[in-house]
Amino acid sequence: MSTVKTDAGPAAEAADKGQRIEHDGILDVRDLKTYFKLRDGDVKAVDGVSFMVGQGKSLGLAGESGCGKTTAALAILKLLPENGRIVSGEILFDGKNLAKRTEYGMSKVRWKDISIIFQGAMNALNPVQPVGKQIAEPIVIHEGISENKAMVRARELFDLVGINPKRVTEFPHEMSGGMRQRAMIAMALACNPKLIIGDEPTTALDVMVQAQILELIERLRHELNLSFILISHDLSVMAETCDTGVIMYAGKVVEAGTTTNIFNNAQHPYTRQLIRAFPNIHETREMVSSIAGDPPNLLNPPPGCRFYPRCSEGDPSCIEHDQDMVEVESGHFVRCQKVA
Amino acid sequence: MDETRTSATLQGDVALEKEKVKSGSIGRKELRNASVSGKDLYDIRGLEVFFPVRQSFFKAMVSTEKHWVRAVDGVSFTIGAGEILALVGESGCGKTTTGRTLLGLEAQTGGQIIYKGLEVGRFTPGAIRDYRRHCQIIFQDPYNAINPKHTIFDIVAEPLVVNHLTSNEREKEERVIRALEEAGLRPARDYLYRYPHELSGGQRQRVCIAGAIVLEPDMIVADEPVASLDVSIRNDILKLMVQHKKELGVTYLFITHDLSLAWVISDRIAVMYLGKIVEIGETEEVVANPQHPYTKALISVIPVPDPTTKRERTILTGETPNPAAIPTGCRFHPRCPEVMDICSEQSPVDVQIRGTHYAACLRLNGHS
Repeated sequence: MSTVKTDAGPAAEAADKGQRIEHDGILDVRDLKTYFKLRDGDVKAVDGVSFMVGQGKSLGLAGESGCGKTTAALAILKLLPENGRIVSGEILFDGKNLAKRTEYGMSKVRWKDISIIFQGAMNALNPVQPVGKQIAEPIVIHEGISENKAMVRARELFDLVGINPKRVTEFPHEMSGGMRQRAMIAMALACNPKLIIGDEPTTALDVMVQAQILELIERLRHELNLSFILISHDLSVMAETCDTGVIMYAGKVVEAGTTTNIFNNAQHPYTRQLIRAFPNIHETREMVSSIAGDPPNLLNPPPGCRFYPRCSEGDPSCIEHDQDMVEVESGHFVRCQKVA
Repeated sequence: MDETRTSATLQGDVALEKEKVKSGSIGRKELRNASVSGKDLYDIRGLEVFFPVRQSFFKAMVSTEKHWVRAVDGVSFTIGAGEILALVGESGCGKTTTGRTLLGLEAQTGGQIIYKGLEVGRFTPGAIRDYRRHCQIIFQDPYNAINPKHTIFDIVAEPLVVNHLTSNEREKEERVIRALEEAGLRPARDYLYRYPHELSGGQRQRVCIAGAIVLEPDMIVADEPVASLDVSIRNDILKLMVQHKKELGVTYLFITHDLSLAWVISDRIAVMYLGKIVEIGETEEVVANPQHPYTKALISVIPVPDPTTKRERTILTGETPNPAAIPTGCRFHPRCPEVMDICSEQSPVDVQIRGTHYAACLRLNGHS
């Protein structure tokens, strides 16, 4: 069971001495703050986010563009762009605090323990290298085996993700979009990681190919006992694939719990409006609703509840009150003073 | 749809009605005087768009055989005036080519496109220019569709200038402002002298829409207009399309790979697979009562925002085959979950299910 921490314990000191920190699940993110430095100040892209991924479980991270979901994922791997930095918080993975790790330390974790599937497989793959070679590269680096042996493993991985192993010598442009995304998944599995992060892994794909890819991820997750973080703006995809979900808005978590908690008993006005924005073809046909207004500028987030300017249920007291996450039922947390 | 059309709906029995269509070239005057007879703005009959496959010089010399990519391979449908017709299918099924051909952006290799009773293929160059004013297109990516060096005013005013539709500046400005407001950019004056980079993705798409409606077209081909937009903005654009249909009487050909979006706003749905329409009908009827295995599979894989609904999903293997090497018989048979022996030999014909709902599957042709 993945739950969300409302308060973060400062357990970081132990990490510096190389001791194992006790934490729940396989990945435990506590009060993570990640800011981007701009000329005009700091953009608070991730502003105190906590979540936990259980061993062998899948967690969905959802919200509109610019809510900080991708930044949170990049922070876990410390792949932030030059002007981005982790300001505070802990990223506890397998007893270690990744937030405190050096670049060299991270290079041992990336791909070996945590890997990532990016959205645009065309841009994530190197166009001038055969796909198989690109998959073999991390195996050679992390496991220190010869390239020939790594290519054998690349063939096995191709087979695992449903591509003909003969195609390892092909270049990315010779493959279709769905095939490239499968190759990306094969690459993510190359070093038998414990956790895979999928950053919008199916967004650019057709509905049918999306279903194929999601089914593949689901199958591999059970076969290999992987933990998975799905980052998606598509709540329907999250509802179908994840055990637990986290809804983010303007750099903060607004609601978290099991997917059943979130979809069948949504408490935060934002979550409710977001769910209503997706059509449900099994119910009566109606126009999907949209949320009026735009997300706030995170250079200067609005005071109090960040959703208040767009919220239809708020009142002026929402501006004054900076609400914490409240547990409304076991494992279901909401950040809204109306609920609290 | 009248009696003669019912037998011809999907595959297009072109000969049947050929004599009704005017022969010879059609000039600007005839186009100006044309009006919608009945309720159909467009009548597409057996439309074919083939692209030649590039061969090596040697091969071209040695063999006389020419290879074609059959992007659109004989589709027939009508588009009613003031309706939203959704054209749904996977990438590579020919839906975008169909839309582009309607506007004359691709050359048709066969069949007829009949607009207000006039065959587009017979238009004189002058008439084609006028015709393009009446049908516009909105592209998928609003980041690439507009010139980053032009102001919003210039972008929206350009169609008016190119078509010599305004003589004075004041009228031009009025029409641009009206189009921007109709596209939901209010107050329009705030946007006039801004540049595309100052706008969000949703606002850019609205600028594209304003550029299309400023000419007061009869029809707009919307080619995946919301695929690159965030969910909330996506719904705003969909609402805008429905609003235009109701208030301005604009007809939309809504091209999408997402059947659930088609379900939300369209009046009718046409499902395309590998250059052919496999099922067409009223939206609610097609979704509630799909007949073709492909439509059934497409509907079954649509994700729904409710984890408690557990349903049978039919996930087809593979992807749309190469349209240069089309399977024999029913072109869907290699991926079909309900395939029979006969499917690889015989092509299905259209069967009327109910009213305007047609599907082309051998199981419906009485084989089992």
